[in-house]
Amino acid sequence: MLSVKDLKVSYGAIEAVKGISFDIKDGEIVALIGANGAGKTTTLHAISRLLDIKSGTIMLDEKEISKMAPEKIVSVGLAQVPEGRRIFASQTVFENLKLGAYLRKDTVNIENDIKHCYELFPILEARKTQLAGTLSGGEQQMLAIARALMAKPKVLLLDEPSMGLSPLLVKEIFSIIKEINKSGTSILLVEQNAKMALSIADRAYVLETGKIVLSGTGEELINSDEIRKAYLGG
Amino acid sequence: MANIKDKIKNIYKKKNSGVMSYTIVIGLYLVMEILMKTGNLTNLIKSLLVPCVCYIIVAVALNLCVGLSGELSLGHAGFMSIGAFTSVVVSGTLEEVITNDILRLVIAVIAAALVASIIGYLVSIPVLKLEGDYLAIVTLAFGQIIKSIIGNIYLGIDEKGFQFSFIEDTTKISENGKMLISGPTGATGISRISTFTAAVVLCIIALIIVYHLINSKDGRAIMAARDNRIASLSVGINVTRTKTLAFVMSVMLAGAAGAIYGLNYSSISPAKFDFNQSILILVYVVLGGLGNINGTIIAATLLYILPEMLRSLADYRMLIYALILIVIMLVTNNDKLKNRINELLRRKKKHE
Repeated sequence: MLSVKDLKVSYGAIEAVKGISFDIKDGEIVALIGANGAGKTTTLHAISRLLDIKSGTIMLDEKEISKMAPEKIVSVGLAQVPEGRRIFASQTVFENLKLGAYLRKDTVNIENDIKHCYELFPILEARKTQLAGTLSGGEQQMLAIARALMAKPKVLLLDEPSMGLSPLLVKEIFSIIKEINKSGTSILLVEQNAKMALSIADRAYVLETGKIVLSGTGEELINSDEIRKAYLGG
Repeated sequence: MANIKDKIKNIYKKKNSGVMSYTIVIGLYLVMEILMKTGNLTNLIKSLLVPCVCYIIVAVALNLCVGLSGELSLGHAGFMSIGAFTSVVVSGTLEEVITNDILRLVIAVIAAALVASIIGYLVSIPVLKLEGDYLAIVTLAFGQIIKSIIGNIYLGIDEKGFQFSFIEDTTKISENGKMLISGPTGATGISRISTFTAAVVLCIIALIIVYHLINSKDGRAIMAARDNRIASLSVGINVTRTKTLAFVMSVMLAGAAGAIYGLNYSSISPAKFDFNQSILILVYVVLGGLGNINGTIIAATLLYILPEMLRSLADYRMLIYALILIVIMLVTNNDKLKNRINELLRRKKKHE
């Protein structure tokens, strides 16, 4: 479905991602894990075209997307939930969700999909007329995910969904991610919280200073000694 | 009866419907018209009506750019200037061909809006692709440049057609012809075809356009791009396009208002539309509240009339004006005071 080949991204003279390749198959959850500065978010931004790539190709269903304009990426079926809960603070929850469907032409179904989002995140229905900026951190993260779903993506890109949330909320968010995946959306998950990410991922790649150093199924990695030492605290 | 009252209440309560704005403008219009018909208006006030409405329109337009789209423009007086001189040229040229004043005014306003929006679009191309306050810098320079350019244009018309020269006046207009723009002096001998009614009609049209935009999908996209650039890109909003849309709409309305403004005087000079003028319009917007159209209308009205009312104070006029501005700033930005007022209002409600 989504395949990245030999991707290199640099900020000026500094190469942040040094030629990585990975792929996501239909219906999979794939996690990219690694420490701060490993190049996870850079990779994600390159895929969603917020950053220009230096070399390499990114393909979505046989279609090269590495040179597309960032706002076009959504229309080919990739939706990103940006890091740090970037919601539209001065608009209501409902308006935020509607903006998620900004590019969709099938306007008749939008109301239905908003209802579906409310089923997934009941708290958003309770808050639908509230300004998004007044939501709590967890609610904002849910809104950001729901908004991305409104674009009906084939692949959902999640950037650090656990950041700044309480362990209880992280659990809830991850179980919802799993649920979204079950309904047919492939997911690329970028996480520092390696334990949570590996527990739901079908496959995972470990990034270290811009290179993939390890890959395998979620289960394999969670049981590997290297990972345990480096990321899971013994 | 109660039913109708509820209905009216609902209309007012609906967010961004604009009914309040239309009510204010039409209300002001009716009051002024009645005062004028009954002969209760001094000549001073009468002469202020058209420019005041023009400034309301430009302020509302600027709010579209600064408040809604979050891009600071410091050159809206420049776009007013373009509108004013375009309309003077168009109206002056068509004077013999179209004798109907209203028709000529409409054509001049449309031409002014078109020219202003085209120039605004060209100005916005290099800057709106960038993040940051580049639009402010460019429009600041633009206002000065347009003032100098118009101040050096000599344009006349006679039976042989247009004659144009730049910097030095080399036009030789025959006795049957006339100068449309003569350099730093600007335009003279303008036939004053603007009316208060025309200004108010344009104001209503401007409000309809602005509210339509605010409530449309494009309007939500403009606000989204202001709130968060990355999130906007992530839902597929073309940030450059929406910002350009807001800016071009804004300068288009400024140009149209400039047309009504220019055709209200028998002569206008390009120096009238200087940097101070742009800042003055920005003051209306900031004091009225960013993104708050009703506030902008009220602030523009009061702050335009106020310095004129203070004329009797002669030298102290601008001092008092500045003091009033400072007091308003302090009061509207004082959270403690706001809380106090809110509490008082709440108490009053409880008593009811």
